[in-house]
Amino acid sequence: MTLPMAGTSAAQPTRTKKPDAATAEQWRHWLRQMFLIRRFEEKAGEAYSLGKIGGFCHLYIGQEAVGVGTMAALRDDDYITASYREHGQALARGFSARTIMAELFGKAPGCSGGKGGSMHLFDVSKGFLGGHGIVGGHIPLTTGMAFAIKYRNTDQVAVCFFGEAAVNNGAFHEALNMAALWKLPAIYICENNRYGMGTALERASAIYDISERACSYDMANEVVDGQELLAVKSAVERAVRRAREEKAPTLLEVRTYRFMGHSMSDPIHGHYRTREEVEDQRKRDPITLWSQKLIADGVLDEPGARAIDKSAMDEVEDAYRFADEAPDPAPEALWTDVYAPVEESR
Amino acid sequence: MPTLTYRDALNQALREEMTRDDRVFLMGEEVGVYQGAYKVSRGLLEEFGPMRVVDTPITELGFAGVGVGAAMVGLRPIVEFMTWNFALLAVDQLVNSAAKMRYMSGGQVGVPAVFRGPGGAALQLAAQHSQAFESWYAHIPGLKVVMPATPADAKGLLKSAIRDDDPVIFIEGEMLYNVKGEVPEGEHLIPIGRADVKREGGDVTLICHSKTVTVALKAAEQLAGDGVHAEVVDLRTIRPLDTETVLASVGKTHRCVVVEEGWSFAGVGAQVVDVIQRDAFDELDAPVIRVTGADVPMPYNKQLEKAAKADPAKVIAAVNRVLYRG
Ligand SMILES: Cc1ncc(C[n+]2csc(CCOP(=O)(O)OP(=O)(O)O)c2C)c(N)n1
Ligand SMILES: [Mg+2]
Repeated sequence: MTLPMAGTSAAQPTRTKKPDAATAEQWRHWLRQMFLIRRFEEKAGEAYSLGKIGGFCHLYIGQEAVGVGTMAALRDDDYITASYREHGQALARGFSARTIMAELFGKAPGCSGGKGGSMHLFDVSKGFLGGHGIVGGHIPLTTGMAFAIKYRNTDQVAVCFFGEAAVNNGAFHEALNMAALWKLPAIYICENNRYGMGTALERASAIYDISERACSYDMANEVVDGQELLAVKSAVERAVRRAREEKAPTLLEVRTYRFMGHSMSDPIHGHYRTREEVEDQRKRDPITLWSQKLIADGVLDEPGARAIDKSAMDEVEDAYRFADEAPDPAPEALWTDVYAPVEESR
Repeated sequence: MPTLTYRDALNQALREEMTRDDRVFLMGEEVGVYQGAYKVSRGLLEEFGPMRVVDTPITELGFAGVGVGAAMVGLRPIVEFMTWNFALLAVDQLVNSAAKMRYMSGGQVGVPAVFRGPGGAALQLAAQHSQAFESWYAHIPGLKVVMPATPADAKGLLKSAIRDDDPVIFIEGEMLYNVKGEVPEGEHLIPIGRADVKREGGDVTLICHSKTVTVALKAAEQLAGDGVHAEVVDLRTIRPLDTETVLASVGKTHRCVVVEEGWSFAGVGAQVVDVIQRDAFDELDAPVIRVTGADVPMPYNKQLEKAAKADPAKVIAAVNRVLYRG
């Protein structure tokens, strides 16, 4: 069975019963987080073009509902790893826009001290254990974190974000096999945005329904509409319950789309996809879908939505100024953090 | 002091450290039910149970990554590779994950894990099973590389490696497991990064590590009969390299031969020679010569294999050259 990719086929938002005040507040908060990611990424793109950000810079525009919907289902003490396309998940996890922008600028107050950059965002206090730059390489790390959870017998979960191209890599297979074999509380979130750089899923994978790969490991799995925030959140909640209560892993295939190029050095459309395809996908912008729902449900009006967007833009502008003015790491930082400080070892 | 095999010294270190610290666990192929491919983990499954002695599928990349991930959140894994030949499948996790995590997280996340198993050639195992990879790992900032040659060093260094807060590549000698020696009981720790003078002498320095310590000691014995007194320096740790001990010995003998099992190109000896030529140039009375494995894949044939390996005769020939004898 092949479901449609995130496309134009879905109906208009369905109206639900008007939520209570606390829920309404929560819903507006998630809208703000999605706006924050969108505006942050736009600003990062701009800063990249100005040469203020170097190296590779992969934007999350179009995939915001996946990061925000997932984090909404997690607890503060859960562990998270992600690929290099992780600004959005980090923002959704509660990193300040300032520390991420400063990291992208390579500055000292960046979340990794300016030594990681766009692809390596870390904040141990938030259980966010890295953006990782080797496709598939962090999937076994997550299995290891889930192993540690089982070893210590706590009810945390370990969550891993990766792209659909990573499932053709041996690390994915090895990591999921062990997680299922040992019944580990891991959640593997495959953000299927249809492309690994310029290679469409159909040109790289022998099967098109990535969720079915879980069958090889007798692992629970689901296909999720990644443009619908609540669909993501409830699928992750089911996986979290399975992990915390049944100690069993899940593979979620979350269908989404990247609206920008693979990285800042790749145009939005080119040899591998058409302008029409991108424009068609943009009709299901996760932020538009979510704000329309909020308006339909009467918890938000148009000026309210614009005000939320404005406050996100202000936060991003502040982050940009902060990063621009922040100092570079001290020259001695080149030599630190290679090994543990001597006194630390026991 | 009790006499133990190198294998049992390692086993004792594992048992003591697992008893001392319940964050320490062992994982790898055949480490549990089978008692270890080389029986290093004998008895540990029965003593510590399957959560702490974990049999894995044949999935080197995967379980190396599991070890790194568990270490990132506070456990202290010991990951056993059946041999280092098979760890080639896990190099990505060792180099791109273990060695990099502390740096790219700006010091937030360390990887206190030990990756261990036998390296180098045994007997007639041919090209894919007879390789010495220490120079590969020693090349990587963020990793430590430890290679004990004796049972006492094996115990003391493994205990230190397990307590170390950084990833340690711990390469055992496949041919050393049955070697016997005195091993101190209980808390016996040898610091990482210290070489050891295994035999004193004033005429020439032989620098070696792991299995080639035996080769160098045999050569030194024969040379002594000939009136040449060789000093044998066992590096014990490849990274960080104990340059102080190396330079002190060369400063005393003024002549040096570096012996290693691996291939010559960009080998451990190349690094040692670099240090000596820079920091002891004026001390040298002859160029430093290296004795290494032959620059070919390891042959199966017994005579060819012997010809490919560093042995005492080759070391003695090199010593004669640095002494300008014969
Ligand atoms: C092992 C490895 N091979 C190649 C690359 C180069 N590379 C970086 S991203 C990428 C495409 C990955 O696509 P996907 O997993 O779908 O994630 P997405 O970029 O779509 O989020 C490639 C080939 C890499 N980083 N790591
Ligand atoms: Mg993709």
